[in-house]
Amino acid sequence: MATKNIMIVGVGGQGSLLASKLLGRLLVDEGYDVKVSEVHGMSQRGGSVVTYVKFGDKVYSPVIEEGEADFIVSFEKIEAARYIRDLKAGGTVIVNTQQIDPMPVIIGNAQYPSDILDEMKTKGVNVDAIDALSLATQAGSSKACNIVLMGRLAKYFDIPVEKWEAAVEKCVKPAFIEINKKAFDLGYNN
Amino acid sequence: MKELMIGNAALARGLYEAGCSVISSYPGTPSTEITEEFAKFDDTYCEWAPNEKVAAETAFGASLRGKRSACCMKHVGLNVAADPLFTMSYTGVNAGMIICVADDPGMHSSQNEQDSRHYAIAAKVPMLEPSDSQEALDFAKIAYEISEQFDTPVFIKMCTRVAHSQSIVEKGERTEFAKEYVKNPKKYIMAPANAIARHPFVEERTAKLTEYAETSPLNRIEEGSGEKDFGIITSSTSYQYVKEVFGGSVSVLKLGMVNPLPVKLIKEFAEKVGSVYVIEELDPIIETHCRNIGVDVQGKDKFSILGEFSQKTIADSFGLEKKPAVTLDTDIPVRPPMMCAGCPHRGMYYVLAKNKLTVLGDIGCYTLGSMPPLNALDMTLCMGASVSGLHGYNKAGKEETENKTVCVIGDSTFIHSGVTGLINIAYNQSNSTVIILDNSITGMTGHQQNPTTGLNVKGDPAGKVDLESLCRSVGINSVRVVDPYNLEECERVVKEELAKNEPSVIISRRPCVLLKYVKPKKPLHVNTDKCKGCKRCMKFGCPAISFRDGHAVVDNTLCIGCGVCAGLCPFEAFESEVE
Repeated sequence: MATKNIMIVGVGGQGSLLASKLLGRLLVDEGYDVKVSEVHGMSQRGGSVVTYVKFGDKVYSPVIEEGEADFIVSFEKIEAARYIRDLKAGGTVIVNTQQIDPMPVIIGNAQYPSDILDEMKTKGVNVDAIDALSLATQAGSSKACNIVLMGRLAKYFDIPVEKWEAAVEKCVKPAFIEINKKAFDLGYNN
Repeated sequence: MKELMIGNAALARGLYEAGCSVISSYPGTPSTEITEEFAKFDDTYCEWAPNEKVAAETAFGASLRGKRSACCMKHVGLNVAADPLFTMSYTGVNAGMIICVADDPGMHSSQNEQDSRHYAIAAKVPMLEPSDSQEALDFAKIAYEISEQFDTPVFIKMCTRVAHSQSIVEKGERTEFAKEYVKNPKKYIMAPANAIARHPFVEERTAKLTEYAETSPLNRIEEGSGEKDFGIITSSTSYQYVKEVFGGSVSVLKLGMVNPLPVKLIKEFAEKVGSVYVIEELDPIIETHCRNIGVDVQGKDKFSILGEFSQKTIADSFGLEKKPAVTLDTDIPVRPPMMCAGCPHRGMYYVLAKNKLTVLGDIGCYTLGSMPPLNALDMTLCMGASVSGLHGYNKAGKEETENKTVCVIGDSTFIHSGVTGLINIAYNQSNSTVIILDNSITGMTGHQQNPTTGLNVKGDPAGKVDLESLCRSVGINSVRVVDPYNLEECERVVKEELAKNEPSVIISRRPCVLLKYVKPKKPLHVNTDKCKGCKRCMKFGCPAISFRDGHAVVDNTLCIGCGVCAGLCPFEAFESEVE
């Protein structure tokens, strides 16, 4: 199988680590060669963060470059736009509609673009927008946005839902399994 | 069992399986997780040292006693450990010793882009360079064999993309290792007479290691299908990019040992493939070696000396077709990293910026105080430089600068190399005010314990440096402690200490809000009837506060209820949630 590329993007502190852990676990269990790459340190402090997940028969480079991503899963609205050049032609963006103002917007040096998802659509991008924050809150924790988005991503894969749920169970602490399974279902079914 | 591991975890696993018994390190991105992962093993010793020099010497001591050891650091940490390094090359080792060093091309979390391979060459120490997690694990074992066989410390060089990329690893079992210590002054006492006798050994060792490099499986030729009329010499993560771009269509000489470099193997490869490209990140080390041995190659004229590579940078250099990509017309505002909501550093920075002080900074989360809207910093150089730099600044500026200049340095950085600068301030009496931003943890690298926290690398109780006593004992008579959430207190104490005609230390103490034991309070909210839209709170630079429809708004997913903003607002518009 040719390598498939998934980017997980968002704001430092939003929980992309758990999402990539879940995907890595699932895909290794499915028998693929897998590479997951992220940057630690300075950029994690509220900055724009990106994680690359690649899987296939044999994966070499750990990073995803311009025009290569099959999926961009974005935890925040404009972060999807920031990395849009990395999307493959015909690729899909799954985006949480949550808005988190970056510092230049907070201090009035820049505007938060209001209709960025529409612009993506007019450029031919498949945009799957989802209010993951509301669904996560509904599931029992606003922190479960990451798993809501993984639930939505699962719709695009042939891997049975039970296997995704099994990976969720392996990746979260026992006390949070129920909330996260609910979050996953809400993402998958809404 | 196969599992995904970041390169650093795999390297830790390799050290463990090879029987490494002692690791001493100082944290630094992207090297930190090697030590953190090793600390999870029960039957070994692991520690955070105050700095990389201490770590390297500790590892050396363990090797001398007959146990396999390692020390881990980032590239700039190797500068600190350089002093023991150059002479350890002369003494060699007893049991094997590995120095793990992680470079940061692209400077994701570093102040420069130096190439650690220069140290391997300069100190005449062999260096291995894995290209993924499995190699990181395997190379650790080989490195110990090389260390003992050739009587030398050995480098394992990581880079960000190998250190922090997860790939599949097959784990093995641990093999214990121990040797006797036998007194040997000619080998271990590097006084001139012994060192003079030892230097020829170092040169002979390099010659033998070069022979080893010719045939070692660390270096391998991967024959291409012959479609291309050129070959590529590469190593580390660049190898992965080359394979991604060319697959099996091109012949590759993959170097796992980057010092010393082979001669015959490179000549043999060059003869086979016709023209040769050298693809290596940062400096032209392999390229220069090829030229020195008479092999004509193309390198930095085609592939940048700056930053990281990727499959794209390499494909572009070869003029390959670009992949179609979407571009948007709208400008996306940048999202730089910043201090967290509730960060205790912010209060002190607000006071320093408000009073328009010159602030010499240091290395840590608090470097982010340089960002808008606080713009609170004037200088950041290296670990500890804020303190010694302030001393020099005030010796040059005298009364023109002494009462309007301070330095800021974190607790861990102060112990690393700030305290020596403070001793200089006390000894040579500059009228300097040093602010220690004590958030009770090593923050930026992801919460490592340090000598001021009272806990060790495993989180168990440990010795604890008392910062106040330490500062007093080196000769600082005026040592004050403030709470950075109390802006009024901070401002008063800073002004008082600057006005004094003697050296002083202000300890700005409050734990990092990301620490588990720091329990967030309920988020504040803005009473829009009271908020006049004056934007004074916007100057504080808290990511939880933004401005919408003429009023300040608090993001309740980010706010931790520190309440400092409430003290800033002249209209008392920030209110606590009614319980």
